[in-house]
Amino acid sequence: MRHLAGLLVLALLAAVVAWFALSPQLGWWLPAPASTIAHPIDALFDGITVVIAIGFALVMMLLAWAVWRGARVQSGRARTSHGHLGLELLWSGAIGAVLVGIAYAQLPTWAALRDPNAMPKDGTTANVIAHQWAWRFEHPGADGQLGTVDDVETASELVVPAGEPVLLTLRSRDVIHSFFVPEMRIKQDVVPGRATPLWFTIERPGTYEVVCAELCGFGHYAMAGRVRALARPEYDAWVAETARARNTSGAEDAR
Amino acid sequence: MSAPTNEPVGCAMSAPTNEPAGRALSDHHAQRGFLRTWIITVDHKVIGIQYLVASSAMLLFGGLLAMAIRWQLAWPWTEMPIVGQLVFGESGRVISPAAYTALFTMHGTAMVFFAILPLLTGAFGNYLVPLLVGAPDMAFPRLNAASFWIFLAAMGLFLAGFFVEGGAADSGWTAYPPLATLPSAAPGSGAGQTLWLLAIVVLGVSSVLNSLNAVVTVVKMRAPGMTWMRLPLTVWGLLVASALQLAALPVLTAGGVLQLSDRIVGTAFYTPAGLLVNSVAPEVAGAGGSPLLWQHLFWFYSHPAVYVMVLPAMGFVSDILSVNARKPVFGYKPMVWAIGSIAGLGLIVWGHHMFTSGLGFEMGRAFMLSTMLIALPSAVKTFNWIATIWGGRIRLTAAMCFALGFVALFVIGGLSGLWLAATPVDVYLHDTYLVVAHFHYIVFGGTVLAVFAALHHWLPKMTGRALNETLGRWHFLGTFVALNCVFLPMHQLGIAGMIRRTADPSVYRLYEHLAPLNRFVTWSAFVLAAWQLLFVVNVLWSLRSGTRVGRNPWEATTLEWDAPSPPGHGNFDRDLVVDCGPYEYGDAAGARDFRPQARART
Repeated sequence: MRHLAGLLVLALLAAVVAWFALSPQLGWWLPAPASTIAHPIDALFDGITVVIAIGFALVMMLLAWAVWRGARVQSGRARTSHGHLGLELLWSGAIGAVLVGIAYAQLPTWAALRDPNAMPKDGTTANVIAHQWAWRFEHPGADGQLGTVDDVETASELVVPAGEPVLLTLRSRDVIHSFFVPEMRIKQDVVPGRATPLWFTIERPGTYEVVCAELCGFGHYAMAGRVRALARPEYDAWVAETARARNTSGAEDAR
Repeated sequence: MSAPTNEPVGCAMSAPTNEPAGRALSDHHAQRGFLRTWIITVDHKVIGIQYLVASSAMLLFGGLLAMAIRWQLAWPWTEMPIVGQLVFGESGRVISPAAYTALFTMHGTAMVFFAILPLLTGAFGNYLVPLLVGAPDMAFPRLNAASFWIFLAAMGLFLAGFFVEGGAADSGWTAYPPLATLPSAAPGSGAGQTLWLLAIVVLGVSSVLNSLNAVVTVVKMRAPGMTWMRLPLTVWGLLVASALQLAALPVLTAGGVLQLSDRIVGTAFYTPAGLLVNSVAPEVAGAGGSPLLWQHLFWFYSHPAVYVMVLPAMGFVSDILSVNARKPVFGYKPMVWAIGSIAGLGLIVWGHHMFTSGLGFEMGRAFMLSTMLIALPSAVKTFNWIATIWGGRIRLTAAMCFALGFVALFVIGGLSGLWLAATPVDVYLHDTYLVVAHFHYIVFGGTVLAVFAALHHWLPKMTGRALNETLGRWHFLGTFVALNCVFLPMHQLGIAGMIRRTADPSVYRLYEHLAPLNRFVTWSAFVLAAWQLLFVVNVLWSLRSGTRVGRNPWEATTLEWDAPSPPGHGNFDRDLVVDCGPYEYGDAAGARDFRPQARART
């Protein structure tokens, strides 16, 4: 047991490191990034992961050594030491510097995500309406304006152009929901009684899952949606197509 | 009722000190009979044990709820063998979506409010505070008994939720309105939620009384010579946690009263205008409320509550590491300052639970900064713990194993907090399993391991009998391995984007490849739960036939080891005076390698 204790700490260290090193290969890691903001967020995540790894390895090795040695050496007595101010200042300073560094490094990305001044002036707009337990989307139609007669309403699928800014306004009809697109690294709670802005730029055409991330009742787990990003020409064609469908059939839902 | 600090300790309560007190005390106990000894009592030690039994039962109950949650996540919508018929018979032995939401709501509530908090401040707070400061009892013994019975009433209200129409509360332990406040939003938002709120409000009253008692006891009833800077860190942890409760808990209680009023009277503190819930327009007056108001009030308490759940644990660990390394705690004063600054900063970090809720850009920045700062004292404590055992003569008792396990796993829980403190990364990780992994490392890997350490350390004092050390170490080993198998993979689930509180991850294509991981976690959770039987066996065996221990089985310095095991009513059988700090171990301690704090008063 005396020899095992230190080994157990090292085993924990090895297991955690191996597990974290293996997970990206096994696919148990960040999904492939799909929006422009995903890159700085992933870079921050990776940077913090490195800090965590170094901190963890350092502390575990110190702990393992202290336990292994302390459990082996039983003769005589330990030296009575009540502390050391210099050491306290040393590690407080080092840890403090790292924390301030992390705090500073994430400021620009936070601003890009949430600073009202960073909101795109001329992006494609859309309304998101959340309710138990589905997403509805209102697209501006051919005139590019929301709240006009040619608005296109869809259920479950938001259609936006890829490669340019998109500006959403989120509203909820009943309880709090959260608009989460894992591949785009964006998440915004949809609080009833508020119109919450959210903006992003999707890099490549594709379909990305929308997950409701805030508990909204027992159907919460099934409140799925999609974002379909189209290249500009396809997006224009989709808008024209929905307009034609409306003119010929008067269909409300152009899915 | 309370004895001022300068009075000789030991004569304030009922213990006559001019008799051979030790024998007199135990005779006294024996005469009282079961009811007067264990049920109707104002003795802080018995009240502590009452709390211990009640909150351990809730810990077990919350653990069983977790097993059902894990069943659903590993094999969604499949029939549960054996217990399925009994518990989920009505829905075809399958957990229904509504039942699932109630499961995790009640799991979280049971664990936070009725297991962990009362284990620390109720059980250990009551048992240890008077003993460690050298007082005969708490400052207000009757108030103390009252706080336990009020706690029990809250527990009854909480459990009654399972038996009302619509079932137990099911809007999460965070009870966010409007989901929680509008009965049309969820089945559990009917009578179940009302009972849940009543339980929380009543519990709030109990906890405030209990905390007040602990604070007054430490301030007013310390033994002669027990200066502030001679208090064991366990006392500091419990004291500051109690002060934190006093500062923050009334806010939650007030918020809970407002939510009750929204539900019962029809006010709209949290309900905005124009809702249409389940095709029903809620019947509320005015309807100009804000759902975010609740989040502020809730987290203003519930974030500090995290520190209430960990500060006493840190204290236990500091003491146990020092005793078993036969060395003083390294940097006692920095440790005290760290406890204080964790508590102070803990009051201004609640906004980090709201980074995605529309908190605003500047507010997000401010709360990010305070959150980063609070990592500093926690990290300083970790380094101090390592320095404490550095070069020690380590005795690997079961208590020491658990205390070392606490340090290792608290580090994991603390470090994963760095991802969550960085706002842009939190936007992605918020409400994913990474958060679940993070707080379970703190609360289970941290606090629960510290509670096991404390039980191995102090149960012999409580019962007068030793636990089996070998069995205790095996219990530690299995618990340590299994709990890492449960909670470590949850990091990966969260990093892959899997949200928490989902009843069925297979709904999303993104989560399909995570199914094997979820099943592994579930199997590990079953092992973890089953392994706890070792501890139950150990305690029962010890109560029946554990070796009798003397006053000071661990050769420790603090005052409780001067009292008989178990101490009688009034605690000490001689008048004590304290003339040194709590951690005099090692080569400078004197004739032996430890120097007790207590001297007989002459």
